[in-house]
Amino acid sequence: MSILIDKNTKVMTQGMTGKVGQFHTINCKAYANGANCFVAGVNPKKAGELFEGIPVYASVREAREATGATVSVIYVPPSGAAAAIDEAVDADLDLVICITEGIPVHDMLRTRFRMQGKKTRLVGPNCPGLITPDEIKIGIMPGHIHKKGRIGVVSRSGTLTYEAVGQLTALGMGQSSCVGIGGDPINGMKHVDVMKLFNDDPATDAVVMVGEIGGSDEEDCARWIKGNMTKPVVGFIAGVTAPPGKRMGHAGAIISGGQGGAEGKLAVMEECGIHITRNPAEMGRLMQRILKSY
Amino acid sequence: MKIHEYQAKEILRQFDVPTPRGAACFSVDEAVAVARRLGGTVWVVKAQIHAGGRGKGGGVKLARSLDELRSAAQQILGMHLVTHQTGKEGQVVRRLLIEEGLQISKEYYLGMVIDRGLQRVALLASSEGGMEIEQVAAQNPEKIHTVHIDPIQGLSAAEAARVANDIGIPDTATAGAVSVLQGLYRAFVEKDAMLAEINPLALTAEGRVLALDAKINFDSNALYRHPEIVAYRDLDEEDPAEIEASKYDLSYISLDGDIGCLVNGAGLAMATMDIIKLYGGNPANFLDVGGGASKEKVTEAFKLMLRNPKLKAILVNIFGGIMRCDVIAEGVVAAAREVNLKVPLVVRLEGTNVELGKRILAESGLPIISGSDMADAAQKVVEAAAVKTSKSK
Repeated sequence: MSILIDKNTKVMTQGMTGKVGQFHTINCKAYANGANCFVAGVNPKKAGELFEGIPVYASVREAREATGATVSVIYVPPSGAAAAIDEAVDADLDLVICITEGIPVHDMLRTRFRMQGKKTRLVGPNCPGLITPDEIKIGIMPGHIHKKGRIGVVSRSGTLTYEAVGQLTALGMGQSSCVGIGGDPINGMKHVDVMKLFNDDPATDAVVMVGEIGGSDEEDCARWIKGNMTKPVVGFIAGVTAPPGKRMGHAGAIISGGQGGAEGKLAVMEECGIHITRNPAEMGRLMQRILKSY
Repeated sequence: MKIHEYQAKEILRQFDVPTPRGAACFSVDEAVAVARRLGGTVWVVKAQIHAGGRGKGGGVKLARSLDELRSAAQQILGMHLVTHQTGKEGQVVRRLLIEEGLQISKEYYLGMVIDRGLQRVALLASSEGGMEIEQVAAQNPEKIHTVHIDPIQGLSAAEAARVANDIGIPDTATAGAVSVLQGLYRAFVEKDAMLAEINPLALTAEGRVLALDAKINFDSNALYRHPEIVAYRDLDEEDPAEIEASKYDLSYISLDGDIGCLVNGAGLAMATMDIIKLYGGNPANFLDVGGGASKEKVTEAFKLMLRNPKLKAILVNIFGGIMRCDVIAEGVVAAAREVNLKVPLVVRLEGTNVELGKRILAESGLPIISGSDMADAAQKVVEAAAVKTSKSK
């Protein structure tokens, strides 16, 4: 078991034939069961062609009908990425993972508004994607640092997620699934949405939750955890030293109007029973100690 | 991206939001000429810098004669205007806005932000004009009226009229207020704004509603479709190091400390600053070299950090995924040689081709200190910076 994706997931790639899409499609296809999972690409100008043996279709709907793919991963450049999400939503896919960084916020506002009442779940944008180790990798994370196991990981960051995963793997704790929800202010699944899935997943024993400054997703998730979560959660928030009013790389990582600071998030998380650490090098060891005491 | 008040007002006027008559100028003589052209007997001289709180810092003055106007312009132009948003050194005033003085009977607040939780544009309105909205929110939260706007329908006239009524704008001025509210919303969406404020929104003695002050911040991700906004960019208002960084597509922010950090990924870059602080050091900067850092990019990143005279040590923290550690190691070695590095350098590499990367560093002959993990590297760089400090004393 795992959350959202497994070795039987059928994936189409929007933006597969661009430089970034090509590079990551090759890597994803080579990971675990990837050769059977990545079944289609979408590009209206290249319909009928093959890339690495994967057929290209003119539209998401066509790709879905021809291959049965219900999940899409998007590498389309920022100016067209929101429209690519819209197309996947209109084709009633189950899950869309948008890797693209730099989508205008107002585009995402319209896209999220259109998604209301639709069945499609969105992960990202501006995210590394998700992976269920030894089964399937959809996104840009390095597959080899992961190890199959029973810890869930959810994070707004890319390389900081790899840091958390690397620590877990080094200490012998494998992962059930790892989800990068992305660093943009307007995104799809939030920490709390992923946390609920981990709570219900019999293959997950505990969760590492990595957050950062900006917004209040971590606080919302912490409050849900307090009343509902049956599994231990280890948490870290990046940006204790970030100055207010400055955008720290990620579009969503900004403390504005006194809101979204790291200390405030950590305080709420601690109050809600999350095992927090202020040391990003301690995420793995803290998880190890928590699991021993359970 | 931030712009000046007079630029924000230019944009608002395009969307039928009235403002006082006025013009921007760069010299005292120009200021007097503008005032003459405007006519009247009262003018407002306003410092144009990107930070807020200009009035309290002495950057806004009323002039009741052309002589007063000349002396106000003389005082303000060139001053180091210190506000709660500028830092201690303040910001040099290079531009002024000269406007006609008006008889104001009441001031209100209008703001527009992106509500991340509800994923809508939120309109904030209050009867408490001229105050900072954070202060109103803390003291009189009931005086802030919030409307979340449907992105397809936009802000309807009926909704706008209700907001005007809620904040106490008299019925005789409702039509003017509706036009301002709808114009503000259209400007916000069409120009890809992230934040907009009209504070204060003024009701004049004759019953006109107009924007007395204006602030708009834009989404940098959307600037590719707004060359007219990019043209408003004022490099004098930005940190030179951050301008330099943006040329090389590096994400860089100057901080107060003395330990430079070069990291791949924004989250890891923040975490690296945090761990330096945790071990007793002070980060000099945030620097994310991104996913595909080349040798050239790493070299530029080193040069940027070394512009800081306070710099005592550098920590490179790379978790190579897509980015291979051997490529990064080659970049670090080349950069260290090119800039003739004099401060201690601690490097922590993890991920793809890590062993090869470490070997390249070790065989370079450069005095690079290797960190086995993030904690080890942070401790070593804090120590190295401390040693450097005690030596220089």
